[in-house]
Amino acid sequence: MLDPKGPIGLAERSLIWTATWMMLLVVVPVIGMTIWFAWRYRASNKAARYEPNWDHSTRIEAVVWAIPCVIILFLAIITWKTTHELDPYKPIEAEVPPVQVQVVSLDWKWLFIYPELGIATVNEMAMPTNVPVQFHITSGSVMNAFFIPRLGSMIYSMAGMTTKLALLSSEDGIYDGMSSHYSGAGFSGMKFKAHSTDQAGFDAWVEKVRASGATLDMAAYERLAEPSENNPVAYYGNVTPSIFGAILHHSAPGMLMHPPAAADPAAPASPHAGGHAEGHEGHEGHAMRAADAGAHGHVGHKE
Amino acid sequence: MLGKLTLDAVPFHDPIIMVALGVTGLAGLALAAWITRAGRWTWLWKEWLTSVDHKNIGIMYVILAVVMLLRGFSDALMMRLQQAMATAGAAGYLPPDHYDQIFTAHGVIMIFFVAMPFIVGLMNLVVPLQIGARDVAFPMLNNLSFWLTAAGAALINISLGVGEFAKTGWLAFPPLSGLQYSPGVGVDYYIWSLQISGVGTTLAGVNMIATILQMRAPGMTMFRMPIFAWTSLCSNMLIVAAFPVLAATLAMLTVDRYLGFHFFTNDAGGNAMMYINLIWIWGHPEVYILILPVFGVFSEIISTFSTKRLFGYTALVWATVCITVLSFIVWLHHFFTMGSGANVNAFFGITTMLISIPTGVKVFNWLFTMYRGRVRLETPVMWTIGFIITFVIGGMTGVLLAVPGANFVLHNSLFLVAHFHNVIIGGVLFGCFAGFVYWFPKATGIKLDEKWGKRSFWCWLGGFYLAFMPLYALGFLGMTRRMNHSDNPLWTPYLYVALLGVLVIMAGIACQAIQLWVSIRDREKNRDLTGDPWGGRTLEWAIASPAPFYNFAETPHVRDIDAYWDMKEQGLSPKTHDFRPIHMPSNTATGVVVGAISTVLGFALVWHIWWLAAVSLLGIIVTPIIHSFTASDGYEVSPETIEAFEREHAARLRQAQRSPAELVGA
Repeated sequence: MLDPKGPIGLAERSLIWTATWMMLLVVVPVIGMTIWFAWRYRASNKAARYEPNWDHSTRIEAVVWAIPCVIILFLAIITWKTTHELDPYKPIEAEVPPVQVQVVSLDWKWLFIYPELGIATVNEMAMPTNVPVQFHITSGSVMNAFFIPRLGSMIYSMAGMTTKLALLSSEDGIYDGMSSHYSGAGFSGMKFKAHSTDQAGFDAWVEKVRASGATLDMAAYERLAEPSENNPVAYYGNVTPSIFGAILHHSAPGMLMHPPAAADPAAPASPHAGGHAEGHEGHEGHAMRAADAGAHGHVGHKE
Repeated sequence: MLGKLTLDAVPFHDPIIMVALGVTGLAGLALAAWITRAGRWTWLWKEWLTSVDHKNIGIMYVILAVVMLLRGFSDALMMRLQQAMATAGAAGYLPPDHYDQIFTAHGVIMIFFVAMPFIVGLMNLVVPLQIGARDVAFPMLNNLSFWLTAAGAALINISLGVGEFAKTGWLAFPPLSGLQYSPGVGVDYYIWSLQISGVGTTLAGVNMIATILQMRAPGMTMFRMPIFAWTSLCSNMLIVAAFPVLAATLAMLTVDRYLGFHFFTNDAGGNAMMYINLIWIWGHPEVYILILPVFGVFSEIISTFSTKRLFGYTALVWATVCITVLSFIVWLHHFFTMGSGANVNAFFGITTMLISIPTGVKVFNWLFTMYRGRVRLETPVMWTIGFIITFVIGGMTGVLLAVPGANFVLHNSLFLVAHFHNVIIGGVLFGCFAGFVYWFPKATGIKLDEKWGKRSFWCWLGGFYLAFMPLYALGFLGMTRRMNHSDNPLWTPYLYVALLGVLVIMAGIACQAIQLWVSIRDREKNRDLTGDPWGGRTLEWAIASPAPFYNFAETPHVRDIDAYWDMKEQGLSPKTHDFRPIHMPSNTATGVVVGAISTVLGFALVWHIWWLAAVSLLGIIVTPIIHSFTASDGYEVSPETIEAFEREHAARLRQAQRSPAELVGA
């Protein structure tokens, strides 16, 4: 985190430093004054002025309200600006279209699906350097948080809904990823590697995954979803189209009236929930309930 | 017959738990034997357990807090040891199954059964004395509140030996805490211990608000109330407003687990996000429930020991009120990373920062109270200065976490863990210790040993920095919280230093134990004869130490914020004759009985022993009804008894050769 490898992480680090320096402007003098006053006015120092009934000074009180007000005013402006700039949902502007990656947190491993490429992996992902990555994140079990510290922002993964995160790696490398929200016994081992390489390297990685004969269909997903710890990296060369939408709905069987595949009208290239949320950029409460998404897809679905 | 309970529920296979149980059992037996030898059982029952005296109840709260502090600290030590051992790929000595229970129990115990009872205990002990009242508004209810809190604490301790505790983290977020992912009894223990103690806390809050609003001595307008009474009032308002939210949230989780509801489940339309919102709508005010009263403690101490009036009293009161209101509109900052829109996140980030304005004002007011004062650097002031320095650092990291853009990378990391320990240890706990030293003479008549007090302060302060500064660094290095083991060699040295810090804190606790022992051993030397050992300014110092059971022989008249200081300046001597009889409430066993049955009820519900649950619920309903028919109307204290007490106090004052005027100049 101290050595970010992407624009989001860099912006966040610089924000942390700016805010810290601004606050140190007050904190350091306060600590100094505490020690100085306690020492200067110690009982044994009879030379110091003593005014036992002095308990009010409009001037001092105005100043002590004003100082925190001014600092907070500046911080509030910075906060408003950066919260919008660094909104995890905000797509990163670039010449090239983003790579779409669907992420499912499971007990206790990470499943990555590349819907445009028709491949999936466990506990390992790759991305071309300097190309934005658009993550669509959900959970197949309890809540987790998806986090690659060197690249920046984390976001929760929650069953039955999708959250989104846009990241970009600006340097080749292998970065650690993890769950940063406690999720049970196997939580500590819930780690993955994020490979950032040039386009050729990325294509080679995709081919390597494709070469695997395994297919990620709902049956394979069910097997994978069984709790397990410290899973090795696994590749799926084939993926049932729109399986992400099915997983999303799978967590909410009470809402499910149709077979999962049929419940997802979105084309495989446009992930169900992601495609849906696109139409709502800038609205409040980004996290989408599968139930709501379903209701949009099928009027009358809720009965 | 016994529901889900079988002999397998006792973790015989786990040596750590069995040793802990053995040691606790032996300590309990030793205590019981000691009481028996001293022939003190009747005394314990009549003078303490059934007491409705707010001072005794306050002391019992503090004893509960101290006992639970030892348990919570043991958990902390075990966690630090595990993380230091299980680094760079090692597994450590605690498997996740046990470790996850420990960090959950640590959080629950430290907040609900250490910080809360300590704070409520101090308020109980001090507030009625500060406002010149004879007791709280509802003395029997006060006793009941305590026993409900104790029942919750008992349940959590039972979970150590029978069954398991939750493995969910201290706020038990669903779906992890739901039946599907936590089928064991751990979460049920969590629910019932919090639910039962929560009822006690809510009742205590109601009681304290009624006391402060209705029972102030004549002349004590709201703006002549001591600042501790003010912060207690605000804190109890928060209790009454926030704790029902906790009760409702836990009740929903309960029906999810017990009756197959779907409030927070993954399926059937449940929504875990709702739980997280609700629990933090309680959880954030809870933080201020804890910190506001200690702001009051520090204000009292800094003014007393600077021998000077509190600077900016009115500003301090308004700052407290601001914080009280603001604390309800910041809860979302606990989950900026949930995917709310930028406007929502920015709103809650900014409201959170706003709280730092009144808090900052308070810090300046304390500083300017010392300014042009005569600061006596005794132990309570040491804790206060240690607090100010530590707390502003914690405040700074808190504001940093309130910036959503920064929170996106710092959330859930050890930086967050360091931050809240920074404000809870450096704020709440230091405040409790300061208040403990400050009011100990009033509660017991004995001053605590200075030398060991200072030693414990330095150990706690140094230990705190050693233990938690590395955690801030680890947060920046990407280490997330609640990890059972890690494999990043870069983190190892920091984890070792943190462990060292906890050991230094342990030395601080040992110093406190020695301090207690030494002070009681040399009690004749340490006795507080005057009732006013520090040159006090508020009413609690106007009476003898320990405070007589009726508090004030005659209700005082108040003319100033520093009511007692004003009396000393007027040269008023304590009255020694012409007393009127005082009506006092009788002790009652109802609270103890209801508390004991509540423990049984909780236990029966945890293990699905339905008949026992029904019987104990009935018992909880019937006992107060019986009480209402049989309770005595109290008793009269004769003027002669009062006169004897007060004459003795006056004689002691003379013996100490301190006239009121001398006290002012002290």
